[in-house]
Amino acid sequence: MKPPPWLVLGVGNASRGDDALGPLLLERLRDAGVEAAGDVELLEDFQLQLEHALDLRDRLGVLFVDAARPGHADGASLSPIDADAAIVPASHGLRPQAVLHVARRIDGKVPPAWLLAIEGVEFGLGVVPSAAARRHLEDAVVLARGWLQARRLGAAA
Amino acid sequence: MQTTTPPEGLRRVAIDPVSRVEGHGKVTLLLDDDNRVQQARLHIVEFRGFEAFIVGRPYWEVPVMVQRLCGICPVSHHLAASKALDVALGVAGAVPPTAQAMRRLMHHGQILQSHALHFFHLASPDLLFGFDSEVARRNILGVAAAYPEVARQGVLLRKYGQEIIRLTAGKRVHGTGSIPGGVNRRLAAAERDELARELPRIVDWCEQSVELALRLQAQDPGMVERFAALRSAWLSIVAPDGALDLYDGALRVRDAAGRTLFDGVDAQDYLGLLEEETRPWTYLKFPYLRALGPEEGWYRVGPLARLQTCDRIPTPRAEAQRQRWLADGPVQATLAYHSARMIEMLHAAEAIGELLRDDALLDGELAAPLPASRPARREGVGVIEAPRGTLIHHYTIGDDDLVSACDLIVSTTHNNRAMNESVLAVARETFDGRELSEPMLNRIEVAIRAYDPCLSCATHALGSMPLELALVGADGSLRDRLLRHGDGRLERFGR
Repeated sequence: MKPPPWLVLGVGNASRGDDALGPLLLERLRDAGVEAAGDVELLEDFQLQLEHALDLRDRLGVLFVDAARPGHADGASLSPIDADAAIVPASHGLRPQAVLHVARRIDGKVPPAWLLAIEGVEFGLGVVPSAAARRHLEDAVVLARGWLQARRLGAAA
Repeated sequence: MQTTTPPEGLRRVAIDPVSRVEGHGKVTLLLDDDNRVQQARLHIVEFRGFEAFIVGRPYWEVPVMVQRLCGICPVSHHLAASKALDVALGVAGAVPPTAQAMRRLMHHGQILQSHALHFFHLASPDLLFGFDSEVARRNILGVAAAYPEVARQGVLLRKYGQEIIRLTAGKRVHGTGSIPGGVNRRLAAAERDELARELPRIVDWCEQSVELALRLQAQDPGMVERFAALRSAWLSIVAPDGALDLYDGALRVRDAAGRTLFDGVDAQDYLGLLEEETRPWTYLKFPYLRALGPEEGWYRVGPLARLQTCDRIPTPRAEAQRQRWLADGPVQATLAYHSARMIEMLHAAEAIGELLRDDALLDGELAAPLPASRPARREGVGVIEAPRGTLIHHYTIGDDDLVSACDLIVSTTHNNRAMNESVLAVARETFDGRELSEPMLNRIEVAIRAYDPCLSCATHALGSMPLELALVGADGSLRDRLLRHGDGRLERFGR
């Protein structure tokens, strides 16, 4: 059975301050009922790993959502990304571009992909998301819903 | 004696953070007046606040909440917490067979996927391409390009382990499958059959992975023997009959020559066996064997230890590989962690096969009922062999059902002294007395990575800096600083 054509992959740890931004965005989309039409899957994980390459199979589009260190997102920013072998994995976790690269090596192709980076400030264990991060989350929700709407319109056209 | 400030006459070389280990670390090398490396300090800043995160929470929330301590081995924390609470609530002896089988299946799925991640993603690039190959190639993406079948098997092994976790814990992340006293789900027959159908291929791949690790190790046995060389004792839990058991057992310690120093130590009495000391320059404690003291009593945990504390592995293909691995006697080589890890991965796959033949997974009571009368003191210890080594959870529950005390000793803490010793050995061999170099940095990273440390459980947010080295003089001034960017570029500052 084929998976839903659109995948939103939110990454982060809900108990580490602004690292929760990825899961929080998924929660907002879930509460808004975006899954009701059955054409989008919301997937959450602590970190991007090798096997996420397999989650990209049979998709028409993928949106990675992740918190960003200060200075790496300018609030909330949405941009298309491609597989990139030059993004060196620095930890157990992979960057979205590296997941795409692994997927291309395994399957020979990858779906179009975007990265929604949401700027955070505080990443300590047990810390609640900061006020600044919550403001950025509001902007990110608008961007994510716009992304999904554009995909749906494009598919219907 | 190691102090906060450099001893007089020593200057510091700092490497911060270490790339491709979980979270961030920082390495400081203290040099003497003759520019010889005298001390190595692996600083770990991310272990702050674990206990504070747990204390004050209702005990029934703990097995779920502790998964957020670590993005890499949440299942190990989930199960260690459940086991500790079984004891605290007085139901450890009544956990039903179905719950035992489901927990063991979950645990071996975790071992398999974690070991696959480490070997294929983090270790194999060093081993396949060499320590000094270009950084932009020496990673999983380079492996995917040069050895696509190896990379593909690594991904699919991970996926299989993750699928076991999903089916036993309920979700891929934040699973709730294990609860105090048991579990809250069984396996459906169709789920069991699907896992069993895929297993023969998984076991074969695991065996091929052992062969690959041993072949790489055999390419330069002298280097493997010398690299980050040290001699240590070993600690793990073992089954009552001395066999390898990654889920439950009593503590055993063997010395570097393979002699048993302590055996049959009940996990509830771990404080009689172990003591921890603190040092002002790191949040990570230094455990040691109480009877031997901090200088003589340090030890290693994890795959390299477990294959030598046990008398045998209770699955045939892994035991045959262990016998071959031990053919020349006790193994101290730090790089042999990798082949030991692959032998354990093979064992995990075989153990999964045995568990899938156990009908208790499909039918039976899920959890032990709580005793009618509450124990006078609700305190318990849960010990499990996590992928990286022995993991200890210790809780006390107050009359208000909130956790009133918590102590965690994670695998990386057990290996703290050993990692410092390994870094020291590498630094002494590679530092030219003048400046930081990329080959030196590469080798220090390889030494630390052999232990597969979880330096934190930290965030991975976009923009984290992969690697920095700094040279600091005895007067505190920055003499040299080397920066490795995410794309592999090196930049030198401050000279």
